[in-house]
Amino acid sequence: MTDTLQTGRAVSRPPDHTGPRPVPFRGGGFRPTTNRWAGALVFVLIVAFVEIGLRAGWISKLTLPLPSDVFATFVQLYESGLLWKHLIPSLTRFVVGATLGALAGIGVGTLIGLFGLARAGLVPLVAALFPVPKIALLPLFVIWFGIGEGSKYALIALGTFTPMVVATYGAVDNVDRTLIRMGQSFGLSWGSIVRKIVLPGAMPGILSGLRIGLAIAIILLVAAEMLGAQYGIGAYILEAGSLYDLERLFAGVVILSVLGVATSAVVAWVERRVLRWRS
Amino acid sequence: MDLRVEGLTHRYGETRVLDDISLEIPAGRIVCVVGPSGCGKSTLLRMLGGLERPERGQVLQVGAPPEGCLNPLTYVFQDFALLPWRDVAGNVRLALEDHRLPDREAIIDDVLARTRLSEFARALPRQLSGGMKQRVAIARALAVRPAVMLMDEPLSALDAQTRELLMDDLIGLWIRERFTAVYVTHNLAEAVRLGHRVVVLSRRPGRVREIVEIDAPLQGRGAMEDVQAHLWGLMRDEARAADAELLT
Repeated sequence: MTDTLQTGRAVSRPPDHTGPRPVPFRGGGFRPTTNRWAGALVFVLIVAFVEIGLRAGWISKLTLPLPSDVFATFVQLYESGLLWKHLIPSLTRFVVGATLGALAGIGVGTLIGLFGLARAGLVPLVAALFPVPKIALLPLFVIWFGIGEGSKYALIALGTFTPMVVATYGAVDNVDRTLIRMGQSFGLSWGSIVRKIVLPGAMPGILSGLRIGLAIAIILLVAAEMLGAQYGIGAYILEAGSLYDLERLFAGVVILSVLGVATSAVVAWVERRVLRWRS
Repeated sequence: MDLRVEGLTHRYGETRVLDDISLEIPAGRIVCVVGPSGCGKSTLLRMLGGLERPERGQVLQVGAPPEGCLNPLTYVFQDFALLPWRDVAGNVRLALEDHRLPDREAIIDDVLARTRLSEFARALPRQLSGGMKQRVAIARALAVRPAVMLMDEPLSALDAQTRELLMDDLIGLWIRERFTAVYVTHNLAEAVRLGHRVVVLSRRPGRVREIVEIDAPLQGRGAMEDVQAHLWGLMRDEARAADAELLT
């Protein structure tokens, strides 16, 4: 208390009346700091708040399910074996669709980045495709690829494809031209320049595009499963929702959140490994 | 192998950058090119190595490149141009990967030893100082056994002390193995320390103003202030005019 008062007075006093004093510190802050527990803490606090509020009665029982009931539902789901029955088809669709879409997106994005003709021809097409809600195209895909897995793969792939294309060609455009000129000056073949200079140089941009692409893939996965699937997390949520079974609905939503967090963690891990050369 | 430049003329749009440049770059010597900023030094160098096509005139290779030469015209860039995702040895290897070589790793070890980088073979560029990065780039250039090294202000991105050290390194490398080089710089002290011949270009459009031969051997050359003063005398007014010019 006295300390702060003294400092406060010392700063306001005209300088020539005082003796030597330390220069006040004005730096610091404005730097992103990491705290791995803060995120978990916020999450726990919200869950605890809802649980206590519902039990104490100052949140109406109609608004939200009890978190502990949701957890019990989840345990039941796991013990009955239904969890895997829903999760495995969903994961398969997610992995197959997103892989196809991401690979095609990286390929087309690289072509656009490297060839003027591809850029002139394909960028307007991608721009036209990007804002279309892909779920609107599901009936089309059902006609093309059948009601089964094919249409779901195609939908998820298309959803991943568009952000990957945009991220990839942007990243290829931003590869340091002096590095490419260096490659040419050493007589490297075209293929070597693309493989060893362009693609690694574009990798940071490609990976941040992958984050967006995978998030969109999860959204479309659920949407596709809601429109036509017997098993899958989307089907599970839809069924729970139509019965107003909030516990099961929330259990499904939690699974999706976990899937999202896990995907993001995998991308972060890949980034740490592949982009070790940065910073 | 010598290089001969004949009547090189070039324009960027309406701006003439090079005007009828003729030069001789004899094997085993270092030719420095100096001139006020914007006189087309770097353009000239890009044309020497075939990275840019001149509007008129030509660059000729006279004689065959030496035995075992993988890339006759090899650049050392001002900003090093190292791949940040490859370590030191990997950056040197890049220049060799497109060639079938039985002893690739031996070449890498040799050039890293010559540039005193052996213990940093596994380091990434971001861990290296500017001077070390440029030594990696020099090692990479040496690895392909160039007939002519094309050096584009190789020391300009470095601080004055590092520059001194690297000049000594370059002189040491030249004495061990007399490489041919075209060395573009705006720093007259570098030009008189390293050049057997200094080509002074005029302001845009770049013309050959004067070619100064320096006969003193590279080792033990001092600052050669008289030569520097002479060069500066040739350039001063034009450098001032270039400085006062608006950029296009």
